[in-house]
Amino acid sequence: MIKLKSVYKDYKIDNELTFQALKNINLTIKQGEFSSIMGPSGSGKSTLMHLIGLLDKPTKGKILIEDKDISTLSDDKLSSLRNEFVGFVFQQFNLINRYTVLENVILPTMYAKRQLSFDPTKRAEELLKSVGILEKKDSYPNKISGGQQQRVAIARALMMKPKLILADEPTGNVDTKTGIEIMKILKELNIKEKITIVLVTHEKDIASQSKRIINIKDGIII
Amino acid sequence: MKTFIFFFKSALFNFARNKMRTLLTSLGILIGVLSVILLIALGLGFKKYIDQQFESLAPNLLRILPGKILEGGGFRGSPGLTTTRFDEEDFIDLKKVQEAEYVVPAFTKSVVATVGKEAELADIYSSSAEIFDVLNLSATDGKLFTKEDVDKRSKVVVLGPKIAEKLFKRKDLSLDRFVKIEKQRFKVIGVLKSFGGGFGGPDLDSYIYMPYKTGYLLNKDKKFIAFVVKVKEGIELSVAKKELNDALLKNYEEDEFSMVEQTELVNAISSIFNVLNSVLVAIAGISLVVGGIGIMNIMYVTVTERIKEIGIRRAIGARRSDILNQFLVESVVLSLFGGILGLLLAWIIVFFVQRFFPAYINATTVIIAIGVSTAIGVVFGVFPARKAAELSPIEAIRYE
Repeated sequence: MIKLKSVYKDYKIDNELTFQALKNINLTIKQGEFSSIMGPSGSGKSTLMHLIGLLDKPTKGKILIEDKDISTLSDDKLSSLRNEFVGFVFQQFNLINRYTVLENVILPTMYAKRQLSFDPTKRAEELLKSVGILEKKDSYPNKISGGQQQRVAIARALMMKPKLILADEPTGNVDTKTGIEIMKILKELNIKEKITIVLVTHEKDIASQSKRIINIKDGIII
Repeated sequence: MKTFIFFFKSALFNFARNKMRTLLTSLGILIGVLSVILLIALGLGFKKYIDQQFESLAPNLLRILPGKILEGGGFRGSPGLTTTRFDEEDFIDLKKVQEAEYVVPAFTKSVVATVGKEAELADIYSSSAEIFDVLNLSATDGKLFTKEDVDKRSKVVVLGPKIAEKLFKRKDLSLDRFVKIEKQRFKVIGVLKSFGGGFGGPDLDSYIYMPYKTGYLLNKDKKFIAFVVKVKEGIELSVAKKELNDALLKNYEEDEFSMVEQTELVNAISSIFNVLNSVLVAIAGISLVVGGIGIMNIMYVTVTERIKEIGIRRAIGARRSDILNQFLVESVVLSLFGGILGLLLAWIIVFFVQRFFPAYINATTVIIAIGVSTAIGVVFGVFPARKAAELSPIEAIRYE
């Protein structure tokens, strides 16, 4: 489903210095896989996730999504792919505090360019129910716990029925017990809904819960 | 549409959270729209007033005034300062002009008029009987003075409604009573129908009219300050002008008198006012630009505050245009909010102004107010919104 072919990513520090975040990455992620990208901080794992999630473009190399080279796609097309194809779950939850929980979950449908096959409110409520926080639907994100916020973020990621979920340290900001529950939800999504999941983590015991571990260090897959 | 409502709600929420900031930013637009609308409303009122004046003016009237009036309406030396005064001889000369249907002399003077113990400052207007026809005046009570009254020097007066009201409190009581002016008693024989107006011209409702020969009692040197000439129907005004001019040139120099078409005066006042009004509206427009800059400033702040949010939106699929529209909607709502408040406030002020001046706000003005504040929201919002839209998703979402 996703192929990275000799991908490089450089960051300019100043006019002369560049930092190579990723070097010659070759990676294939298949449909239905549950894989972890594991590495210490600064290893380039988040950069890799951002590339897969179409938030960033590589300096060199090719990224193919369902055999389409994304470097040829316009910004609008990339936005549509982020909207329909990928669902993000971040370490900081990244909910919008001005909107209620329900509105946060509905938000991706506001950017949908295609006719929706579902009723947004109904689906959002179902998703909130499935992650167990329907009763908080009218609360604002800053009024609920971190664990609850992460569930809302998962519901939001699922809203547009994505084929891929990218989770960047999803358990990083929650307690251990909640972390286990979050992982359980992700595993269930992979098994029951056949959603491809790519997890970014630095914790070995989180990574070990996935079927495949991709180790990365200093921008190189090892 | 649904997305738009979502943006709109988001904008309102943002304003609710920053009430003071929103209010102060809108205040700039409010003041701008208020001043522009008020000036337009006053301009409209003035135009309406001028139109009313035009309707009451006969197009075939000429005024002959002492002193020289420059082209376009300005005076070289005030007519009050000129030494020229017309007399009965000029009156006779002018009456001989074939093209004139009639010539009416005018003498005005400020006097103290007394009725019983009631004393009022008033202006007398002494003229011939045709003056009422020339000025389009008619009586509601009693009658007007006649040619006989003029010739017999009858001590009669016709009151304008305003002065009648002042002197007698109840208008109907004024007939057949006497008004004392400079130790002379004059019988009130009629009260005029209200003519209205009085702005930019003489207030015809406030005069005490009397036959000009009777007026000599108050006008010892028997001079006139003006003549009003009604030109015969079918005769070119310019032809009549020339004949009248020639008649006067026998006794006067070219620059000792002037001839003004009745409509010319109003035109001159109207055009001066229009220019003045446009300049004022333009100056008020500057405050709108200042208000717009205020909006731009706040929108830049808002964008910077919400970089993270922009990143989140981009991550879940917002296009650049979605972000652009979101912030544009916000700045337009902000500007429109100020504009509508300004319009409402202008409305209230105009409502009170209408008691003494016919200012009004028409549909076009409302459209201008709403259109201009929308345009300001777009023009001054587009740069901050573009800044927001052009942020790279990854940098925005990483922003703390």
